[in-house]
Amino acid sequence: MSSTLEKLSPWLFTLGIFVLWELVCRIFKVDTFVLPAPSQIFQAVGQYWLPLAKNAFVTLWTTLAGFALAVAFGIVLGIIVGWSRTIYRGLYPVMIGFNSIPKVAVVPILIIWFGIGIVPAVLTAFLISFFPIVVNVATGLASMEPELEDVLRALGAKKLDIMLKVGIPRTQPYLFGSLKVAITLAFVGAVMSETIGANSGLGHLMVQAGSNFQMPLVFACLLGLAVEGIVMYAVFAYVEAYFTGWAFRSSMSAAA
Amino acid sequence: MASMTGSVDINHVTLTYRSAGGGVLALRDTSLNVPRGEFAAVVGPSGCGKSSLMKIVTGLVPPDSGDIVIFGDRVRGPVKIAGMAFQNPNLLPWRKVIDNVLLPLEIVEPHRRKFRRERQHYRDEAEALLKTVGLDGFSQRFPWELSGGMQQRVSLCRALIHQPALLMLDEPFAALDAFTREELWCVLRDLWQKLGFTVILVTHDLREAAFLADNIHVMSARPGHIVMTKTVDLPRPRDLDICFEPHFTAIVHELRAKIAEVRKP
Repeated sequence: MSSTLEKLSPWLFTLGIFVLWELVCRIFKVDTFVLPAPSQIFQAVGQYWLPLAKNAFVTLWTTLAGFALAVAFGIVLGIIVGWSRTIYRGLYPVMIGFNSIPKVAVVPILIIWFGIGIVPAVLTAFLISFFPIVVNVATGLASMEPELEDVLRALGAKKLDIMLKVGIPRTQPYLFGSLKVAITLAFVGAVMSETIGANSGLGHLMVQAGSNFQMPLVFACLLGLAVEGIVMYAVFAYVEAYFTGWAFRSSMSAAA
Repeated sequence: MASMTGSVDINHVTLTYRSAGGGVLALRDTSLNVPRGEFAAVVGPSGCGKSSLMKIVTGLVPPDSGDIVIFGDRVRGPVKIAGMAFQNPNLLPWRKVIDNVLLPLEIVEPHRRKFRRERQHYRDEAEALLKTVGLDGFSQRFPWELSGGMQQRVSLCRALIHQPALLMLDEPFAALDAFTREELWCVLRDLWQKLGFTVILVTHDLREAAFLADNIHVMSARPGHIVMTKTVDLPRPRDLDICFEPHFTAIVHELRAKIAEVRKP
């Protein structure tokens, strides 16, 4: 009984929030222009489902393209940074500095360079999401047990052997943990770029609807974004559990 | 292996660790001789540089002065003929027990070259070794499914799979409960008697040293050097019951007194 309740609770809470929202809107007679009620939002979803679906698809694939770039670049840079203490110490301040720059300030530059379209969105998604991947991969490598390294070095193992046999496999839980974070960041980056300058995507649709005072459609876009975000997070949470089940059962679950 | 004779010789070795607050002298003019096939134990107060001794003998850290000769060959880098095990079993959680044991063979020559071709042969060897330490039927388990004592047995197998002439143990049983520890003493004793490798066991457990070793070397507090070598003249093969005999107790008392003496500032 209680376990069924636990399984259902995310749905119940979501439903509860919508019901509460609907009630607040009706009881206090909130103007649609300020805050549309869920019923109006779902009506907008039904009415505009085709443009919503099209633009959601654009946002999805720009996010995934930026994310794919971030994963490839993040793993390579993470391995380089985690390889030696000198590189770690040298590059870390630079990376922190880069990560501290609000990416919203970078989008106009990207638009000047690449024009309005999906390229700035892909690049923003990439720029905002590679950092956690680099940090996690580098941390996974740098926190290897020194004794284990001794065991292998005493056998004549080269740094490359140690990385291939121990470093990289043991970094997996850190990597997959960071993917969950990175995918949501990439999504934020893509949408942010779309709101500033694009001709497609949910962010673009949202800005257009806003300038036409179609508040229910604006909220329908937000709803679409939330759903997409949850689905992508869930996919990578599943991937993580699938590939690194050992890390959650063993004592070495530092990434958890 | 150069010859069937020879010994592990540590000659007047000094080692300083460089750290942010200046150098720390870990070993000072330390000399030690372990003949081939002997079981040697090194005991001493904590922080006396016992672990530094391990790193120096295996060639992981070069000494500031002095030299180490293992069976006729001067140590210039990682020695490859040594197996190592530590207090923490350090097994790889994503590998099954058998693949953990096989890890050294994927690295050390000449096995490394033959590893793919003769995989089945090596697997059989690993299974046989696991059987010797009482882990028959556990080879397909993952390390986290095993108790601490069993993990330490796997760690011993991993240290021995490439048939090293020298086994270096750094407090391998320190984290185990008393009963498991004594069980593993016997496992190690049997392995040593069967395979005939040379052992240097670093420990702070005097009973462990007296039960297992031929010679016990007592180290002083940092900077460490050998202050006493005690020959354990108990007959072999030794049984756990020997730990309750007066002669055994006398040896432990003597060691204890010496360590108490060197611990004083």
